[in-house]
Amino acid sequence: MQSWLPFMPESASTIAPKVDALYFYLSGVTLFFTFLIAGVLTFFVIKYRRRTPFEIPRPVAGSHKLETIWSVIPFLIAMSIFAWGAQVYFEQVRPAANTNEIYVVGKQWMWKLQHSTGQREINELHVPVGRKIKLIMTSEDVIHSFYVPAFRIKSDVLPGRYLSIWFEATKPGTYHLFCAEYCGMNHSGMIGSVIVMEPTEFDNWLSGNANQQAPAVAGQQLYESLGCVSCHGAKGEGGRGPALAGLFGRTVFLNNGQTLVADESYVRESIENPQAKLVNGFGPIMPTFQGQVTPDQLIQIMAFIKSLQTPNAQPTAPAAPGATGSAVPGTNSAPSPTQNIR
Amino acid sequence: MRAIETFQAPAPAKLNYLNAEYGIKSWLLTKDHKRIGLLYLGSVTFFFFLGGVYAMLIRLELLTPQGDLLSSTTYNKVFTQHGIMMIFFFLIPAIPASLGNFLVPMMIGAKDLAFPRINLLSWYIFIVGGLITIYALLAGGVDTGWTFYPPYSTTSSNSYVVATGVGIFISGFSSILTGLNFIVTVHTMRAPGMTWFRLPLFIWSHYATALIMILGTPVVAITILLLAFERLTNVGIFNPATGGDPVLFQHLFWFYSHPAVYIMILPGMGIISELIANFSRKNIFGYSFVAFSSLAIAVFGFLVWGHHMFVSGQSVYAGMVFSFLSFAVAIPSAVKVFNWTATLYKGSISYDTPMLYALGFIGLFTIGGMTGLFLATLAVDVHVHDTYFIVAHFHYIMVGGTLLAYLGGLHYWWPKISGRMYPEGWGRFSALVVFVGFNLTFLPQFVAGYLGMPRRYHAYPPEFQVFNVLSSAGASILGFGLLIPLIYLVWSMRYGRRAEPNPWHLPGLEWRTPSPPPTENFLATPIVTWEAYEFAPPEETEVVGVLRSDKNLEDADRPIDGEP
Repeated sequence: MQSWLPFMPESASTIAPKVDALYFYLSGVTLFFTFLIAGVLTFFVIKYRRRTPFEIPRPVAGSHKLETIWSVIPFLIAMSIFAWGAQVYFEQVRPAANTNEIYVVGKQWMWKLQHSTGQREINELHVPVGRKIKLIMTSEDVIHSFYVPAFRIKSDVLPGRYLSIWFEATKPGTYHLFCAEYCGMNHSGMIGSVIVMEPTEFDNWLSGNANQQAPAVAGQQLYESLGCVSCHGAKGEGGRGPALAGLFGRTVFLNNGQTLVADESYVRESIENPQAKLVNGFGPIMPTFQGQVTPDQLIQIMAFIKSLQTPNAQPTAPAAPGATGSAVPGTNSAPSPTQNIR
Repeated sequence: MRAIETFQAPAPAKLNYLNAEYGIKSWLLTKDHKRIGLLYLGSVTFFFFLGGVYAMLIRLELLTPQGDLLSSTTYNKVFTQHGIMMIFFFLIPAIPASLGNFLVPMMIGAKDLAFPRINLLSWYIFIVGGLITIYALLAGGVDTGWTFYPPYSTTSSNSYVVATGVGIFISGFSSILTGLNFIVTVHTMRAPGMTWFRLPLFIWSHYATALIMILGTPVVAITILLLAFERLTNVGIFNPATGGDPVLFQHLFWFYSHPAVYIMILPGMGIISELIANFSRKNIFGYSFVAFSSLAIAVFGFLVWGHHMFVSGQSVYAGMVFSFLSFAVAIPSAVKVFNWTATLYKGSISYDTPMLYALGFIGLFTIGGMTGLFLATLAVDVHVHDTYFIVAHFHYIMVGGTLLAYLGGLHYWWPKISGRMYPEGWGRFSALVVFVGFNLTFLPQFVAGYLGMPRRYHAYPPEFQVFNVLSSAGASILGFGLLIPLIYLVWSMRYGRRAEPNPWHLPGLEWRTPSPPPTENFLATPIVTWEAYEFAPPEETEVVGVLRSDKNLEDADRPIDGEP
């Protein structure tokens, strides 16, 4: 897992070389100042060592000029690091266009991943080289953190919120996936691997595992069985409830005059606590679904809503053979709020 | 160069604060800041070695990649308890409550702190907090990490979170009371002539520390209270399942815990300023810059907490602001390092043990501070956050910084505290062992961290083993190096050579009274007519600058570099 440079980790994403370049710059600055200070210190300590026990050196007055110089120069260097770091960071966090979405659910102590085509994986993630992958992540219980050192990406995974990161792998191989936020007893066992494959190989892998239900399809079944359909319409066209087609990324006007851009966290809140943010023009008539839908099911419902991009569009995901309306694979019952309290 | 005149100091008094009264009661009911300082010294030493035992268990476990020595639950408790003991019961109180308590009144020429009874109360509060925490550890321990992040700590952890929280909550009040005492004392009890700008820099840094203690500690107290409340009643504050927000906890926690880093390091910086000036017999270069940098650190330290949360789901723009401010707060620390280095210029530098610690501090603090820049850099922090890189970084600040300063200060003032000299040879030897052991322990962790080894891992992939073996080897050297001073300092209390009042020949007020000092510190109220670190009269001052034209006329006949 090491690169040709000593003490450097494998570099396997488009962002990794940019982070490394910044790291080299920082290391250079650090070594320069450490050796400068250590060198001057050593020189002074030897040159001005005490020669007779009772000697007293002449005092030296301070110098505003020197103080200014050694405040301003480090400040300028610090600002150069700050600006460069912020620029690369924006690239790291700004969602790229045309990404393949993969859903990630962390729980004590495993990673559950699902491709938008339905393939489920546990503690393993297969991705192709050269395609942008966006991970949409949430947790079922405590805070975790999704960390792939070879990609130089990390993001905490929070219960009740959806954070996303993206990457584009550049080199086939098997890389570590770690949980980086302490999450309890088996924290160090919450590890897995990211397997980067050539695109053709990946497509083969994907079709070899195609007998699973796509999240959007499972979401549609939930959408119907939970009764969303009666107010939001079969195709999300709206009715007594606001329209859902094309919701993600759209600006929503709330009845308190505020606006927001709809994202996963907003949709989840509206399902679990519908009165929190009412859309302008709609009354508080929706019941709460808190405790009735698991994080996995929430993701499926969202995948379905995302598939409703225009009011007349059909869900694009292929129907999986053998799927039944109520059987959603891999779901767990949501932890009840009073569980685990001591 | 002039020869030193021994600064006048009275002959040793028959009665001093150690022998004025005898018996356990005279210690437990004492209102003397020096005795309370010693009570603290004993307590924090105990907590330090307790935390050290946990550190040794961690390093033993990590010798091999498999989790074979301890179970994962035990390992999680061990690293949590290492952090809690070291941070809340050693690093935060170590310098201010022991050395600070002893020296703040002595260095400003006062008889005691402003509120001697509150001072004693603060020690009792500290001990009660410590005992409750130790009870929690003995009853079953706590496994949340010292950061107590919910919802793990409030819903999932099956350990003594509330009891530990109560212990920390209570001990926080001792910190607040100590801070209050220092601020009032420095404002109201300075000896005649001891103006603000004649204060030793040790006092300035303790003043800045006291501000943080008073302003920051209540926030962590509230946070811990809310955490315990949520855990006990299941009211949704931080747990999203009941409508809370886990990131809110992180904001509250780091609003205190980042400034707390400065509670730990600022007093250390104060000690280093004393050591560098006094062991080179020079006035500190740029006194006012060093003094104000302490205050700047105290103020800016409250504005950077968000840099602990770059990957926590905090807004990208908040991340940028916190990153910018974190770079800004690095500058006053850099100014201090440059000024300490410049102070040595044309000094008369001795190689006594305290000076060895001070020089070690400057080197290690520089590395610790510079690697802090990696973490303030958004893009790099995303990669190294929660890895061993961060573990290495804060140990460079906490151990390489605070602990070395504490040991340097302890040796420096030991003659004043105990009235005995420590064995100089052993002192130098242990300083060297500590320095080598420390670097061997923590340098490899930077590498392991950038390679991607996450922190708080009980078992780890085998390719990281070589760094962990180096680290564990270093830790055993470091542990050995720290046991030596414990032994010889205790030994010297009885068998050490008797110390003169002013064994280092220094101008500071604390050296102008017998060793050990009488209960009332000074036989007569001192009147201060000299500047801090004034070894030679000011009219001999030499001006250093980048331009030769800066030099005084009277210096014109002297070459600026080279021996005068």
